[in-house]
Amino acid sequence: MAQYRRIGVTHNNDVAIVSFNDKKILDEASIQELGAELFGLVEQQKMGDILLNFTNVEFLSSAALGKLITLDRKVKASKGRMKMCNIRPEIFEVFQITKLNKVFDIRKDETEAMTAFG
Amino acid sequence: MTESSPHHDSSSDQAAWQKSIDLPSERGASRLIMEELLDRLGEHGWASADIFSIHLAAEEAIVNAIVHGNKLDTDKKVHVECFVSPAVARIEITDEGEGFKPNEVPDCTQDDRLEVPNGRGVMLIHNFMTRVEYNEKGNSVLLEKVRDT
Repeated sequence: MAQYRRIGVTHNNDVAIVSFNDKKILDEASIQELGAELFGLVEQQKMGDILLNFTNVEFLSSAALGKLITLDRKVKASKGRMKMCNIRPEIFEVFQITKLNKVFDIRKDETEAMTAFG
Repeated sequence: MTESSPHHDSSSDQAAWQKSIDLPSERGASRLIMEELLDRLGEHGWASADIFSIHLAAEEAIVNAIVHGNKLDTDKKVHVECFVSPAVARIEITDEGEGFKPNEVPDCTQDDRLEVPNGRGVMLIHNFMTRVEYNEKGNSVLLEKVRDT
């Protein structure tokens, strides 16, 4: 089993459900570590479907957005699917301003996201 | 690092808080001012959504000054001036770099750039603040948020 410091991972059927340990994702070193752990889900764990649950996240910087974009590209390249859920309004506004809400598949909560995975 | 004590401006606004600080050009240095800034915004009655906006804009601008302005040169400082009152929050961030031209930053929302992982900080700053002004050289930015009445 992989050990994580920045994320928690549970599994529901074939979907890896990822939660974030940090309320504020802004420190550069933490973001690097977060990126490595997220990319490992695709590159080492070979997870196809990934759901990112943002319940715990109150703040994230543009550097963190960069990691999410790269993760999304890696998932798509490996023919997987990535969805996000439980995003609070302030953070959703960040996605809207940067038009990343067009790139990411954003769902209301885990139930809706799991239904969408089918 | 030099640091001046916060003081109250007795002439115009009794409640205003001001602070200036020189940050070292190293990653994570924004924390030396950010927590106090956020606390003062809360004390001055700013709503959590506004505090989020100011936090994000200030964080992005300080990181840009440290990384892109001073290029992490430890001989250089980032000077930050904060002013917070119940009506307005103002943060001026100045680095010792060569400056940049904000209108030459590519638009990250264009279809061909949507999936490029970096280059979103400046756009977020402009969207979250009421007024954003750069000096001519491009090494100093003034961020201002006016509270909705």
